[in-house]
Amino acid sequence: MSVGLSSASMSPVAGSLDRTKGSCSAGAARRGRRASRVKYALIIILFLAPSAIPLVYFTVYPMFSALWVSFHKWNLLSDMTWVGVGNYIDLIHDPLTQRAFLNSVLYIVGYFPLVYVGGLGLAIALNSAVPFRNFLRGVYFLPVVTSWIVVALVWRWLLNPSGGVANYLLSLVGVQGPGWWTDPHWALPSIILASAWKDLGFVMVILLAGLQSIPQDLYEAARVDGAGWWARLRHITFPMLTPSTFFVTVISLINGFQVFDQVYAMTGGGPAGASTVVVERVYDLTFRYSQAGTASALSWMLFLLVLLVTVVQMIGQRKWVNYA
Amino acid sequence: MPDQRQATAAKRPAWSRGRTPGAENPSSTTPPIRRRPVWKAVLLVALILGACVMFFPFLWSLSTSVSSGVGMSATPELIPDNPSFAAYAELFRKTPFARIIANSLGLAVATTVLQIITSSMAAYVFSRMPFPGRSIVFALYLATMMIPMQVLLVPLFVQMRNLGLVDSYLGVLLPSVASAFGVFLLRQAMNSLPRELDEAARIDGAGHLTIFSRIILPLVGPSIATLTVFSFMNSWNSFLWPLIILRSNELKTLPLALAGLQGQYTTRWDVMMAGSIVSILPMLAIYLFAQKYVIQGVANTGIK
Repeated sequence: MSVGLSSASMSPVAGSLDRTKGSCSAGAARRGRRASRVKYALIIILFLAPSAIPLVYFTVYPMFSALWVSFHKWNLLSDMTWVGVGNYIDLIHDPLTQRAFLNSVLYIVGYFPLVYVGGLGLAIALNSAVPFRNFLRGVYFLPVVTSWIVVALVWRWLLNPSGGVANYLLSLVGVQGPGWWTDPHWALPSIILASAWKDLGFVMVILLAGLQSIPQDLYEAARVDGAGWWARLRHITFPMLTPSTFFVTVISLINGFQVFDQVYAMTGGGPAGASTVVVERVYDLTFRYSQAGTASALSWMLFLLVLLVTVVQMIGQRKWVNYA
Repeated sequence: MPDQRQATAAKRPAWSRGRTPGAENPSSTTPPIRRRPVWKAVLLVALILGACVMFFPFLWSLSTSVSSGVGMSATPELIPDNPSFAAYAELFRKTPFARIIANSLGLAVATTVLQIITSSMAAYVFSRMPFPGRSIVFALYLATMMIPMQVLLVPLFVQMRNLGLVDSYLGVLLPSVASAFGVFLLRQAMNSLPRELDEAARIDGAGHLTIFSRIILPLVGPSIATLTVFSFMNSWNSFLWPLIILRSNELKTLPLALAGLQGQYTTRWDVMMAGSIVSILPMLAIYLFAQKYVIQGVANTGIK
C-alpha cells in the first residue's frame, strides 16, 4: 500500500539519470534512458506472463465461454443450438435442481452454527493460558489438512448403519441409531456432521487470529471498572471479533454453496437424490447426461447466487461489523 | 472478497508481519480464567476430551485398517486382537497403489514448484516495479480468486479436449500453474520488506533480476513455506478436476483411487481405511513440520 512514493524514486529512469549525469551528452542520456525503459517493460512482461497467461486462458476465458455455452443446447460433441435463456427456465422448473438448491441452503443452515459456535468456543478456550495449547490447537486443526475423500470414507465407516461405531456407541446407551447416510432423512445431516468436523479447526484459527488482534488494554480497563467474565466477553470480545466473524460467514457461505467432494464420496447425492447439491448436479448434467448447455447455465446461476449473497453480506456488514 | 481480504490484512499488521496465532504471546491471552485454577483444570479437561473426540476418527480408521477382514456386524474394538497388515498388502497387490501415490506426489510437487515460480515473479512486479495501471492489473488478479472452479468445468474440459490433454498429467496440471492467492500472499510479504534493501543493492549496481533472486526471494522464505504447504495440500487433496480429466487407472491420483475403492470393496472397510491412512500420512508429515506456516496461511487469508 505504501508502494507509490518510495519505489518511484527507485525506478530505472531515475537511476539512469543519476548514472549519466554530467558525464555524457544529452543524446546519449536519452538513448540510455529509452533502452533502460524498454528493458524495464520487458522485465515486467517477462515476470507477469507466466501467471497472467494461465489465469486468462484457464480462468477468465472459460468463465465467459461458460456464459456463452449456457445459452445453447449442446451435448459436447455436435454443433451448439441457440436457445436463449431456455436452459435457465428449464432449470428453474426442474425438481431435482430445486432440491439441489434447497439442500445447499439446508447444508449451510445446519453447518454454519455448528462450526461457528464450536470454533468460537475453541478459539476463546485456546486463547487462554492453558497447558499444551499449541498441541491442542494442532489436533483440532488436523482434519483441515485431510482430503475430503478421506473424510467422507472415514465418516461413512463411522456412521455405517451396520458395524459402524456411532450406532454401536448409541446402542450402549440404549438408543437405536438411524441409518445415517443410507437413510433419506439422515443423509444430509451425516454430510453436515462430517463437514463440521473437518472445518472446525479452520474457523477456530481465523477467530483465534481475530482474538489476538484485540488490544489487551481494553480488557485491563474493563477489569479495573469491575467488569466480570461475561461482561468482558459480551462488550469487548464479541464486538471486536465482528470482522473475523464476518469473514468466517462470507467464506462459509461461499464454500457452502460449492460443496461437492464430500457429497459425491459420502452419498453420491443419494439415497434417491435426497442429498444432492448444486455442484453435483452440474457434474451429473455434464458428464452423465451430456447436457453441457444446461450444466453451464446452472453453474452460472450458482455463481450469480453466491455473488449476490456475498454482495448482500458486504452491504449488510455496515450494520453489525465493527472496524475499530 | 479480495477487498475484504486486503482490508483484514491491512487492519491487522501483526498477521502480515508473520506472527502466527500459534506463536507464544503471553500478553494476548483472554484473561478471564487466569486467577481460577479450578476453572482452568475444568477447561483443560474439556479441551483434552474434545481433542480426543476430534482425533477419534483417525484412530478408528487406523485401528480398522489393521484388523483384517472386519465384518459387517462384529463388535467394534479399538485395539484389534490380531493386528495385521493384510489390508495394506491387499491394497498394494490388487490396485496400482504405488503408482497412484507416485502420481499424486508428482502432480503435487510440480504444481507447487510452478506456483511458487509464477507467483513470486508476479508478486515482485506488484511490489517493486511500478507501471501505469498496475493496481488495476493487481485487482484483476485478485478478482480471479472469486471465480469458482465449478463455473469453469464445461469450457475447461472442452479446452483440454481440444488440446488433446484429457487423460493426461498435463491436463490436470495446466489450470493450476498460476495461483492468484500465491501472488497475493507473496506480494504482501514483499511489501513488508524495507525498501532500503533494494536501494542499497541498486547503488551497488544490481538490476531487478538480481534484486529479485538474491535479495527479495530469500527474505520472503516464510511466506514461500506457507504457499508451499497450501499448494501441495490443494493439489494432493484435489478431487473434482482430476476426476474429470483422468480416465485411465494408472494415471489416477489418491483421492480418485480412494473414491474408486468404494465401488470395488463395498464392505471391505479394512482395505478402504488402509487406503485412507496411506493417503493421510504424507500430508500429516508435512503438517507436523510446517504447522506454523499452515496456520499462519489460514489466519492471513482464510483460504483453504
